Amino acid sequence: MRSASRLSLNLARLVCAAAVAAAAAAPLLLSQNDVVLLTEFMSMLVLAIMWNLLAGYADIVTVGQHAFVGVGAYAFFGFTALAGLDPYLSIPLAGVAALAIAVPAMALVFRLRTAYLAIGTWVVAEVLMLIAGKLDAFGGGSGTSLPISIVLSFGRTRGDRLAVIYWLAFALAATAMLATYVLLRSRIGVGLTAMRDNEEGAAAVGVNITYARILCFLGTAPFLGMAGAIITLQKLRIAPPASFSITDWTVFVIFNVVIGGIGSFEGPIIGTIVYFVLRQYLSGLGPVHLILLGSFSIITILVERRGLWGLVRRMLDDDLLPIAHKPSPAFRASALLLRAARR
Amino acid sequence: MLVPWINQLLQGILLGGLYTMFATGLSLSAGVMRFVNIAHGDFIVLACFALLVLTTALGLNPVVATLIVLPFAFLFGFGLQRFLLQRVVGQNVLLVILVTFGLSIIIENGLLEGFGADTRKVSGGWLETATVALGQGINVGLFQVFTFIAAVALVAVLDLLLYRTGIGAKIRAVSDDVAAADLIGLSSGRIYAVAMGISFVTVGIAAGFMSIWTNFDPASGPTRLLIAFEVVVLGGLGSLWGSLAGGIVLGIAQSIGGQWDITWQMLAGHIIFLLVLAVRPQGLFPRY
Repeated sequence: MRSASRLSLNLARLVCAAAVAAAAAAPLLLSQNDVVLLTEFMSMLVLAIMWNLLAGYADIVTVGQHAFVGVGAYAFFGFTALAGLDPYLSIPLAGVAALAIAVPAMALVFRLRTAYLAIGTWVVAEVLMLIAGKLDAFGGGSGTSLPISIVLSFGRTRGDRLAVIYWLAFALAATAMLATYVLLRSRIGVGLTAMRDNEEGAAAVGVNITYARILCFLGTAPFLGMAGAIITLQKLRIAPPASFSITDWTVFVIFNVVIGGIGSFEGPIIGTIVYFVLRQYLSGLGPVHLILLGSFSIITILVERRGLWGLVRRMLDDDLLPIAHKPSPAFRASALLLRAARR
Repeated sequence: MLVPWINQLLQGILLGGLYTMFATGLSLSAGVMRFVNIAHGDFIVLACFALLVLTTALGLNPVVATLIVLPFAFLFGFGLQRFLLQRVVGQNVLLVILVTFGLSIIIENGLLEGFGADTRKVSGGWLETATVALGQGINVGLFQVFTFIAAVALVAVLDLLLYRTGIGAKIRAVSDDVAAADLIGLSSGRIYAVAMGISFVTVGIAAGFMSIWTNFDPASGPTRLLIAFEVVVLGGLGSLWGSLAGGIVLGIAQSIGGQWDITWQMLAGHIIFLLVLAVRPQGLFPRY
């Protein structure tokens, strides 16, 4: 039984590795429309991974994630279209701009505790969106299009361009996953996992909660900003309500992570896949689409708060990507002996 | 020169009355149950649509319609807490935020599906247009004055309810220490539900005034939530009278900002909120 589970787990890992390899080569294998869809998937995946890190581990339930996506979009436009910087260089710079905004934003919202903090981040996002609408150089309230010369610098033909943008999105998603994995495996990550399970307990055994929360909040901002830049490259324009869209960059992201499994590495990935599959069938339904997603996520919280991955994980010995540090065989043996002796 | 500004100041104070109404329910649920109901604004808008249906389809007077809505609002809040929120409350704040967030999206899109995206308003008849002249060309709307008085009365009644009645004492006990309250035989689940019911009565009252004062559409909820939230934090968490002060500060900020440049109305309110948060995070009148 146990070896069967281990076998299926290893098979699943093999499938995942194959999927990543296929995703790296996607523009060579798929049609242009599918590449567009997959680029969107990668951007959403980055947003989901970041929200999960904040809400699932660091206890920062943000409802204002769209702020940094919007800042990234506007900064990207500013650096490349207004300041005339290299378009490729402008993408990491958009991440730096998001980080620069994240510092004062954090100083403000961290004065509020969890439940209040959620709405505090929303206020910050609202303020940034209203300010963006006042920037005349950026087209004011109605926004503006990305100049054609910048668009062409990513590829002369549509096919080339879509491939380049896809690879940028893929690279960002891969970096986001790798960074999260390294973080969660690190000393800080062990502390974060402890915080996820019990914040007071974590503090009592010496986890520096404030430091971990600051690191997460500031660490996610550049990724969100760069995702904003890539999203702008796909949409080819910036506008306050679209670049700072709460529905697209926060609501859907929260539903994805909750349904997929909050507080796990696999959850946001599964949630984003499920969302894109569901969207093929539900997006024609208009508002009902969101009603269904909202209901699914509430039901998920009531039935299994660890989401779809939580349901699957019950049947498995281990995570798909092992994040938890395993006790050494000697420690395990002594724990077993101790238990036997107690009996 | 000064007259338009004084006028705006007055309008701002009166607007603060409406904002206080948005905030009392949120203040109550946040103070007692230690969570913020993200769907608070959407419930206000939902009640506005209920009033719209009652006044247009049945031709009822808005006051009568509001009085009809209130008991249902209480039952709704009671049931919501008892059967949904109580399942997730206390374990982890994250879960309550996510559930109410889900509710907010469901309500917004449910209203959009049912009523379309048009802006609506409930007609207040003659009361809506009646004004009181204060000289110097300054006029204030009678309805606005009435709203402000009602807001003060609402805060006073809630304050009495919390600090002078048996159920108020029970609510405060549960709010201070759930485990200890359960130990001495209070049923915390039931008391939470009553508190949520009362919170929803204020939602119904706020909707009654808001539906006549301003336009609303299915997407109006989040703005109302942000206002209510800012008022609660400005006033000081858990302080009802503080909410009145917070509401007035926010109302004045928006009104003066709007007089300077109409596009600055919302932004001015948010900026004042962030400034106060930066220099005085405990709010203007903290309870503790």
